[in-house]
Amino acid sequence: MKNEDLQGLIASWSPNLVFTEEGSQYLNVTVPIEELHSIMSKLKHNDQTSLDYLFCLSGVDWGEELGVVYHLESTNFRHSLVVKTQTTERENPVLDSVYDIWATAEFHEREVFDFFGIEFTNHPNLKRLFLTDDWDGFPLRKDYEDNINMIIK
Amino acid sequence: METVTLNSNFKSEEYFINMGPQHPATHGVLRLLLTIDGEIIKKVEPDLGYIHRSIEKMCERDSYQQIVHLTDRMDYLSANINNEAVCLTVENALQLEIPERVKVIRTIIGELTRISSHCLWWGVMGMDVGALTTYFYGFRDRELLNDIFEETCGARLTMNYNVPGGLMFDIHPNFVKRVKEFITHFKSKLPEYDRLLTNNIIFQKRAIGVGILSREDAISYGASGPVGRASGYSCDVRKHHPYSALDKVTFNEALRSEGDTYARYLVRIQEMWESLSIVEQLIDNIPEGEFRVATKAVIKLPKGEYFQKVETARGELGVYIISTGLKSPYRLKFRSPGFSNLSLLNHIAVGGKIGDLVATMATLDLVIPDIDR
Amino acid sequence: MGIDRKNEPTGQMSKVPEDFPGKVIPAGNGANVIVTSLDKIINWGRSNSLWSLYFGTSCCAIEMMQTGASRHDYSRFGFEVARPSPRQADLIIIAGTIVNKMAPVLRRLYDQMAEPRYVIAMGACAISGGPFFYNTYSVVKGADHVIPVDVYVPGCPPRPEALLEGMLMLQDKIRTENMKHKINPIEGFDEGL
Repeated sequence: MKNEDLQGLIASWSPNLVFTEEGSQYLNVTVPIEELHSIMSKLKHNDQTSLDYLFCLSGVDWGEELGVVYHLESTNFRHSLVVKTQTTERENPVLDSVYDIWATAEFHEREVFDFFGIEFTNHPNLKRLFLTDDWDGFPLRKDYEDNINMIIK
Repeated sequence: METVTLNSNFKSEEYFINMGPQHPATHGVLRLLLTIDGEIIKKVEPDLGYIHRSIEKMCERDSYQQIVHLTDRMDYLSANINNEAVCLTVENALQLEIPERVKVIRTIIGELTRISSHCLWWGVMGMDVGALTTYFYGFRDRELLNDIFEETCGARLTMNYNVPGGLMFDIHPNFVKRVKEFITHFKSKLPEYDRLLTNNIIFQKRAIGVGILSREDAISYGASGPVGRASGYSCDVRKHHPYSALDKVTFNEALRSEGDTYARYLVRIQEMWESLSIVEQLIDNIPEGEFRVATKAVIKLPKGEYFQKVETARGELGVYIISTGLKSPYRLKFRSPGFSNLSLLNHIAVGGKIGDLVATMATLDLVIPDIDR
Repeated sequence: MGIDRKNEPTGQMSKVPEDFPGKVIPAGNGANVIVTSLDKIINWGRSNSLWSLYFGTSCCAIEMMQTGASRHDYSRFGFEVARPSPRQADLIIIAGTIVNKMAPVLRRLYDQMAEPRYVIAMGACAISGGPFFYNTYSVVKGADHVIPVDVYVPGCPPRPEALLEGMLMLQDKIRTENMKHKINPIEGFDEGL
C-alpha cells in the first residue's frame, strides 16, 4: 500500500493522530500515549495493513520529553511505518507495553527501561538488562553525569 | 527405546544451575540461569551485560568516521558489512553519488566476509557437538581469506576499509587472481565438509527434531537471517531491500520449512554456495573508475532521521540515526540481529535436555558483543 | 652443599670431584644420581608446559583461537590444551575488554587458580581500555586495575605471531625465577602497591 492510502486508513481510526513525511524516508505517525495499545493492536490485526514485524524499538530523549519510536513492517505487502509516542513526565514516565502484540518487545522494552527509566505496564519481567541491579541513574538520558567512570573528551 | 518409569518413592524437584559467564560452550560471555528437573529444562533466563561497552553513548560525541571504526568491534565476524551499514546511511543522508566500482568491490568483500564468518561457525559448531576435527578444518580455510584481506585492506580482523564516500585504498593488483584461486580451492572443500558433518549419523541424531521454531513465532520474535529462513520466513534483506551492487546479481534464497537445528545448519551451508556464486558473477567485471568521492573533512548530516538495513552473517542489522545538523548524531541506535535471536531461546529450549540446548545455541550463532553493544 | 661421604658403601669408587658444586644423592643400587641446580630443571619443566584458561571476551578471542589453530600452533611450545576450569590452569590470557560487571568474575577466577600463576594481558583493551577510553561509563581502563599482570601484548587485535612472542617472553621470565625468594605478585596488590 502506498503512503497516502495508509494515511487515509489509519486516520479514520482516531482524530488525534499527526502524520508527517518530512525528514524521514518512511511515513511517521505520532500517537498520544492513551491510545497507543489500541492503535498498535489494530495495526497488526487489520487485513489491509497487516504490520506483523516489529524490527526496531528505540528510546529517545528529546530534551524535554522522553519518547519511544517503533519501526513496523508487513511481511505480506512489504510496506513500512514509523510510530512515535512521547511523554513530558521525566520523573516517573509510564507507557503501555506491546509485548502481547509482538513478542520481540520483551527484551527491547527492558533495554529502554534500563537506559531511560520508562516503565511499561503489563510487562512480564521488567528488570534492568545490561547494567547491574544497583546501578544509580539512567545512562542514555541527556542529563546523566558520572564523574567516576566517564572521562569526557 | 524402552522408557524407564520412576519408582513412586522418589520425588523430583527443580534445581537451579548457572551456566556462568566463563564457559566454553557459550560463545562469549553470556550467563544463562537454568531451572532444570533432572536433565529436562524448565526455564532459561539469559543475563546480559558482561561486555556492555556503552557504544551508543560514545557515538553521541564522536564524528562519523570514528563511528565506523567502532562498528568493527561490535560483530567482529562480519566487520566489513557493519562498516558498510553506517557508510550507506551517511551517504544516503548526504545524497552522494557513489561510483560503480566502489559498489561492486563492497559487495565482493561483503560476501567474502560472510563466507569467512560461516567457516568459523561451522568449525565451532562441530566442536560444540563433540567433533574436534572440524575446528581445525574451518580455521584452515579462514586463514586463506585472512591473507586476501590483509593484502588489500591492511588488517585481518577489524578491517575498517569502508569510509563514508567510498573505500580507503584501491584494491591490490593481486586481488582478482587470489580471489579466483580461493574460489576454486573452496569449491573442492565444501563437499569435504558435507562428508564430515552433514551426512554423519551421530550429528543427525543430535540435530534433527531439536529446537523447533514455527513461522509465526519467528516473525513475532523478530528472528532474521538464517534462523528465520529455516522456519520458512523469507527475510533476506539482499532480496527485499537491495543495496550496493546486489540488484545486479542473481542468486537463490536458502529457505527451509522444518525449523529445527538441522534445517538451520543446512541453510548456512547453502548460503556459502550462494555467496561463492555471487563473487564469481562479479569478480571478472569490476568497472573502472575512482575509489572514493570527496567529502568534507567534518561531515554534518542534515536535520532528520535515517534508517538503513543490511544483511550480516547473523541476520538483519539496522542503523537508526537522528541528526540535528551537528557533527555528531543526536541519537544513534543499532538494531542488532543477535538481540532478537536470543529472545527466542527460552521459547525453543524448554522441554529439551541440556545437550540439546548446547546444539541449539550453536546454530543460533550468537556473538555476544553484538547483543550487548 | 657438599658430598656426603658418611654412608658411602665400601668397594664403590666415587667419581665425583671434591669441589663439585651440586648435591649428590646416592641411589639405591649404588649408582650416583647427579642433580645440578634444582631450580633450573624445575623451571625448565614448568615453563615448557603452561596450560592456559579459556577466557576470551571479545574480538581478541578470535585471534587467540587462530593462534591455537593449525597455521600458527601454540602447542609446539607446550601450551597444549586450554582448560575450561581455573583449578587446572596456570596461565590466564585476558583477551578482550573488561567491563564493570565482569571485573568481580575475573578476580574470582584468578583467586581460584593454584599458585604459581601467571597473567598475559592481550590487546589494547586489556592493557588500558583501548578504543573505549573516552566517554564510556562501564569499561575498566585496563585489566591491571583488577589483577597483577606479567606480560603485555599490544595490538588491536595483535597478530598471532605477536601473541606467540608474548608467550615466549613469559617462558623466559619463568626460567629465571628462584623458588626460594619468590615474591607473590598478589601480596600488597589490593592496598595499591
